[in-house]
Amino acid sequence: MFSHLLPEFLVERRSDRCIKCRVCERQCPNGVHHYDTELDLMFSDESPCVGCQRCVVFCPTNALSVYPHPTTYRPNASWTREKLQDLKKQAETGGVILTGSGNDKPYRIYWDHLVLNASQVTNPSIDPLREPMELRTYLGRKPDTLEVEVCGDKVSITSRLSPNVPVETPILFSAMSYGAISYQAFVSLAMAAKEFGTLFNTGEGGLPREMREKFGQNAVVQCASGRFGVDPEYLNSAAVVEIKIGQGAKPGIGGHLPGEKVAANIALTRMIPEGTDALSPAPQHDIYSIEDLSMLIYALKEATNYEKPVSVKIAAVHNVAAIASGIVRAGADIVAIDGLRGGTGAAPKAIRDNVGIPIELALAAVDRRLREEGIRHKCSIIAASGIRCSADVVKAIALGADAVYIGSAALVAMGCTLCQKCYTGKCAWGICTQDPYLTRRLNPEIASQRLVNLLRGWSHEIKEMLGGMGINAIESLRGNREHLRGVGLEGWELDVLGVKGAGE
Amino acid sequence: MQPQISERYLPEKDSQACGLFGVMNTAGERFGGEMAINAMVNMKVRGNGLGGGFAIYGLYPEYRDYYALHIMFERHQLGAKEIVDEFLADHFHVVYDEEIPTNKKATVLNPPVVWRYFVSPRQHLEEGNNLSDDEFVVEKVMHINTRIDGAYVFSSGKDMGVFKGVGFPEEIADYFMLDRLYKGYIWTAHSRFPTNTPGWWGGAHPFSILDWTVVHNGEISSYGTNRRYLEMFGYYCTLYTDTEVMAYAVDLLMRRQGLPIEVVSRIFAAPMWDIIEHMEPERRELYKTLRMAYAPLLMNGPFTVIVAHHNEMFGLTDRIRLRPITAAAAGDFVFLSSEEASIRAVAPRLDLAWTPPGGEPVVARLHTKDHLASLARAV
Repeated sequence: MFSHLLPEFLVERRSDRCIKCRVCERQCPNGVHHYDTELDLMFSDESPCVGCQRCVVFCPTNALSVYPHPTTYRPNASWTREKLQDLKKQAETGGVILTGSGNDKPYRIYWDHLVLNASQVTNPSIDPLREPMELRTYLGRKPDTLEVEVCGDKVSITSRLSPNVPVETPILFSAMSYGAISYQAFVSLAMAAKEFGTLFNTGEGGLPREMREKFGQNAVVQCASGRFGVDPEYLNSAAVVEIKIGQGAKPGIGGHLPGEKVAANIALTRMIPEGTDALSPAPQHDIYSIEDLSMLIYALKEATNYEKPVSVKIAAVHNVAAIASGIVRAGADIVAIDGLRGGTGAAPKAIRDNVGIPIELALAAVDRRLREEGIRHKCSIIAASGIRCSADVVKAIALGADAVYIGSAALVAMGCTLCQKCYTGKCAWGICTQDPYLTRRLNPEIASQRLVNLLRGWSHEIKEMLGGMGINAIESLRGNREHLRGVGLEGWELDVLGVKGAGE
Repeated sequence: MQPQISERYLPEKDSQACGLFGVMNTAGERFGGEMAINAMVNMKVRGNGLGGGFAIYGLYPEYRDYYALHIMFERHQLGAKEIVDEFLADHFHVVYDEEIPTNKKATVLNPPVVWRYFVSPRQHLEEGNNLSDDEFVVEKVMHINTRIDGAYVFSSGKDMGVFKGVGFPEEIADYFMLDRLYKGYIWTAHSRFPTNTPGWWGGAHPFSILDWTVVHNGEISSYGTNRRYLEMFGYYCTLYTDTEVMAYAVDLLMRRQGLPIEVVSRIFAAPMWDIIEHMEPERRELYKTLRMAYAPLLMNGPFTVIVAHHNEMFGLTDRIRLRPITAAAAGDFVFLSSEEASIRAVAPRLDLAWTPPGGEPVVARLHTKDHLASLARAV
């Protein structure tokens, strides 16, 4: 069928700069660039271009520009170019439109409508370059009270404590499975988490055996609906075990890793035959209710001898507060909430762009509900989706999070440009692909350094913001909404966030 | 669970600076108010005349078995007194009550009527709750403070009382004639420098519940975190001051959970993680656990606090010592103050004077020399 689609990007080559070195041709996995030996000329076919900017970055003479294609239909506020293109695509294929990474639609980003406080006169701001400034956070269930025994000068704790895991900065890497991302990208995340003293999340694709000893203590291992790679050694090698119920990018639906991506090592790690599709069902088929969840939580605690916190990750949906409360009562030590803008390797576009609620509202609602019920201390809350900078982290913590998960931000640090073509398996940056020609591009030594730099930079910035507020330990910011004010928000939004308007 | 309105509508927190003073006779001998009053005069610049107050222990030996309620009534709402009288008669045996005598010549602005009642709880069996007497009193005090307009309980402990109001501390002392009428073995005092002007007598310090009193100087930047944590344990803040948060936190940890001040001070002013790392294994585990479990009660930002209850007075400043405290001893007297000068002004011959470091409590206990423990760690 002849395609009616317009190209998405325009590739412009300045011939006065091009030296025909063919770097662009080698770098592009989509076959945009082509060298004609007879004519000794470089040609570009823009229709497969995804706008990942790999060729632009690697062109040694800066001869290339790639930008959104100016060709457009008659402007129409309702029938946008994107809507028309998607519609035509479906008319040509009859399929579900897939996409990758997070929701890119202009839903209100509440981070950008919240401003932070700083000390003036009545209390001093604290200079993090001169005074200690503490970001260490313990994730897990805290006791109602601590029973202590005092004998003279000696104080000993007699209460039984739940396991807690420390992180040196309240930033964790989100679940990204080996299989969805390349081995190199997966190892880079693990190396960075270990170097910085935080956690990475294996996603549902298991933890390769050779990584367990070295990186297990920095791993959150997932037990998801497909149960890929779950065995006692996997669970016990980890710092935290996480039950994945939902994902912000695709609440209510499962996953599908195509068989062509399931190479030998992925098959081994996931414990499935090589070349078979790895299908994750939409629900966990042993969890159809909250009491079923409780049974799985305690099964995992039994399997790990009650030595590891168990986390439950859910997508932020309409009644997220009540669900989170149920999860805590079911015995979870950590609740991870993934919001509307959470990323994915592949999801139906209709789902990614329309299902779920913004993390800021979900987080505030969950924190408030758990406090009202007097159980906030029984769990840690990890907020995920659309955390783009250190200020977002600070605002999330002030809204009630113990820590945040970053996925997209970590990928961008490694090279990702959010071209949203993760599902094609042709990532030019070697991140979201299993093609050895492409994955070789990602050097874990360098990529992990980029990640560590990101964590370091953000942590420095968080310390500066804390110090400005007159706070020298991150726990004193948690749920401290007095340090937030809303700008440009409506009354109901301020009510849900539990934040005053600026000047109020 | 209290029905929640949106936090958006909660009042703004007070911010203020203050002068603090406390003096205790560790032999338990009762003495007059001159030292406390004169020390506050010496620190006059630490207040701005918008609040002053005193707490006295060993105040009513003849009624030592009864809860002494000091209750203020706004003059324009004297109807509140009838409601309170009825409420008290319903829930307590009132053995004696009178208006607290005042000096009519004193210069104070808009004073309320302050009444004292000596009571013992009359728990109705049909209410079916087996509250301890203390819990019963707390509940009734909370009722008066939150439900009866125009009435406010200054203090509710046995053999102790709080006198406070709008004015400089010496004006308040003059108004209640503290120097002439009363004696006690602990006196704590507070002078206030608020940045807003509520002009309400109940808003002055000390803040008190049962026999606990708190005088506090500081602005806690962790207020929101602390307040929300305390709400989970049934403490709803009504005054929106740091002092209130501090008092509730002390009540939760010390009275309800029975932790000693030496432990509580490590919760309010936790050692840095770097310092904890370098402790010997047993202490490391203790401090790590305390910080982990009670992270929401870390009092961040500048504060100095003097807390008293029967037999004990202690002072504590924040972990990086952003507000001052000085301790001193002379014979059986132990002093705590915002400024050393005010101690020397009222007790020129001191045996010792020292500056406790941030996060190190100075604890004065009856018939002990416990306060000297902090001397070894003084800066």
